[in-house]
Amino acid sequence: MTGTQLRPAVDTEMEFQPRLSLRRKVGAVFGVLTVVAMAIGLLTLGALIVDVVRDGWSVLSWDFIRNFPSRRASAAGIRSALVGTIYMMVLTAVIAFPLGVSAAVYLEEFAPKNRLTSFIELNISNLAAVPSIVYGLLGLGIFVRTFALGRSLIAGALTLSLLILPIIIIAGREALRAVPPSIREAGYALGASRWQTVRMFVLPVAMPGILTGTILALSRAIGETAPLITIGALTYVAFTPGSLFDPFTVMPIQIYNWISRPQPAFHQLAAGGIIILLAVLLTFNAVAILLRARLQRQIRD
Amino acid sequence: MERAPGIPQPVEALPAVSLAERRERIQRVLRGDLAEDRRRRLRERLITGWLFLAAAISVLTTAGIIYTLSIETIHFFQRVSLVEFLTDTQWTPLFAEKHFGIAPLAVATLLVSSIAMLVALPLGLLAAIGLAEYLPPRLARLIKPILEILAGVPTVVYGYFALLFVTPLLQRFIPNLQVFNVLSAGLVMGIMILPLVASLSQDAMLAVPQSLREAAYALGATKLEVVWRVVVPASLSGIVASFILAVSRAVGETMIVVIAMGNTPRLSFNPLEQMQAMTAYIVQVSLGDTPHGTLEYQTIFAVGTTLFLITMGLNLLSFRFLRRFREIYQ
Repeated sequence: MTGTQLRPAVDTEMEFQPRLSLRRKVGAVFGVLTVVAMAIGLLTLGALIVDVVRDGWSVLSWDFIRNFPSRRASAAGIRSALVGTIYMMVLTAVIAFPLGVSAAVYLEEFAPKNRLTSFIELNISNLAAVPSIVYGLLGLGIFVRTFALGRSLIAGALTLSLLILPIIIIAGREALRAVPPSIREAGYALGASRWQTVRMFVLPVAMPGILTGTILALSRAIGETAPLITIGALTYVAFTPGSLFDPFTVMPIQIYNWISRPQPAFHQLAAGGIIILLAVLLTFNAVAILLRARLQRQIRD
Repeated sequence: MERAPGIPQPVEALPAVSLAERRERIQRVLRGDLAEDRRRRLRERLITGWLFLAAAISVLTTAGIIYTLSIETIHFFQRVSLVEFLTDTQWTPLFAEKHFGIAPLAVATLLVSSIAMLVALPLGLLAAIGLAEYLPPRLARLIKPILEILAGVPTVVYGYFALLFVTPLLQRFIPNLQVFNVLSAGLVMGIMILPLVASLSQDAMLAVPQSLREAAYALGATKLEVVWRVVVPASLSGIVASFILAVSRAVGETMIVVIAMGNTPRLSFNPLEQMQAMTAYIVQVSLGDTPHGTLEYQTIFAVGTTLFLITMGLNLLSFRFLRRFREIYQ
């Protein structure tokens, strides 16, 4: 401590040094650090995209989309996987959307506030964070074995539906919660019952939000690999599935199959597959963003 | 009943209905007792029942997971002792000489998750602070969705990136890095989880009332002091919740570790070598054609149960923190 000759009152005053410029400098350094953190994320994303496009650009062609996979890299294509992914998405959407919206409507509009309801809510939050491979084991035990659906398209679609159901429910509830209570009151004032109010007043307003959530959930399902491998989707399929009970493959599994081979030519095919997969995902997300923008405009009006 | 003169009497349009009948009808309308009301109520109840069933499917899903996992796990532990499972240091169910110690798989998962957390937690928190406190809101609204693309990239793509971009890059600086290694998988996984931490932590910080910040500024605090001594402590349970959820995500992550980390189960703590994570083992067995009822088939459920218990424990812990946080500010 300095200034022992000074009187105590003055001493305490001397002790407090605002050092404002130093503190501000440290603050500025910290601000730069936060930008660096974000930049690392964005740069990695950029590096990933550049790397994949550089590796896979040369294999992209109509033949790549038209051809079935092959032992010869030069003749291999992604047709069976692309068709499998499309079938899988349509089936998953058909199964998961009505269930998810119904569950969201129940929890947001009908459910009494009791222990059962809060248990269901906690359960849904937990399911949303259960690793996808555990859903694969569930699908293997229930759909493939118990229901004897085999390693089929429908077993895969049911598994993925259960996987994305919590995401649709959570997004659907948020969309329903954003509907102002005055709209419900208007419905009741006209003598509509609870369900009539929900169907004719609340759901139409909430629908863009619900659809946005569903599309994002489906884009999660498109990229899922592990649960489908676990239920036994084949990694080498040289035909397109003709019925719900046929074996299938999807794009991420085909990509994984190509990555796991040692020859660089197959790695290029994998990169080409990734470009197509990312393009599909980007389209999905663009639709979701457009819907969200429309929703925001609607609420403002 | 006498009526005041001059008031129209529409009831005369229904001459055949007696006064008593009319009164009863009105009362039935008020009670909601007409046939169409009953139909409407029945329909309402049916629909509510259907909606409830849809919500109950989530409970059935959890029940299905627990049922499937426990049936096969019980079969597994009828053949292999729990003590061996927990204490043996080798995992070789696919070899002639079988050992069933979960330790090599568990350590590999722990190691890769730790590396991922070393990346995701500090960077995610910094990014959250930047988004919530430093960047102008307009810029933050622009950058956040771009960061969230990182969370939407399929994990198989990250696997490709880790194996064929990050590992060759790192090998320039670390010559003895193996082709399959824990380090690349962990680093890439950390980047993948970064937006989860950033997004949830930012939400927590945005929920801190503005008045707390203003009070700190009024006492002469700089921006950094407001952030570190007011905003971060005030949103701490939300931040902790996001951290725990991030760990849970890392433990359950599959394709990155399958592709970039290798498929050799060995007990080691060297992140430059290849190892097999729990999820990777499940995939490895699933890729082969393992018949139902064999010990190999049961092992993946035993490993899956371990995985499920760990992640569910973490999830529930995270929700507890989140609820505490919500109770304070909402």
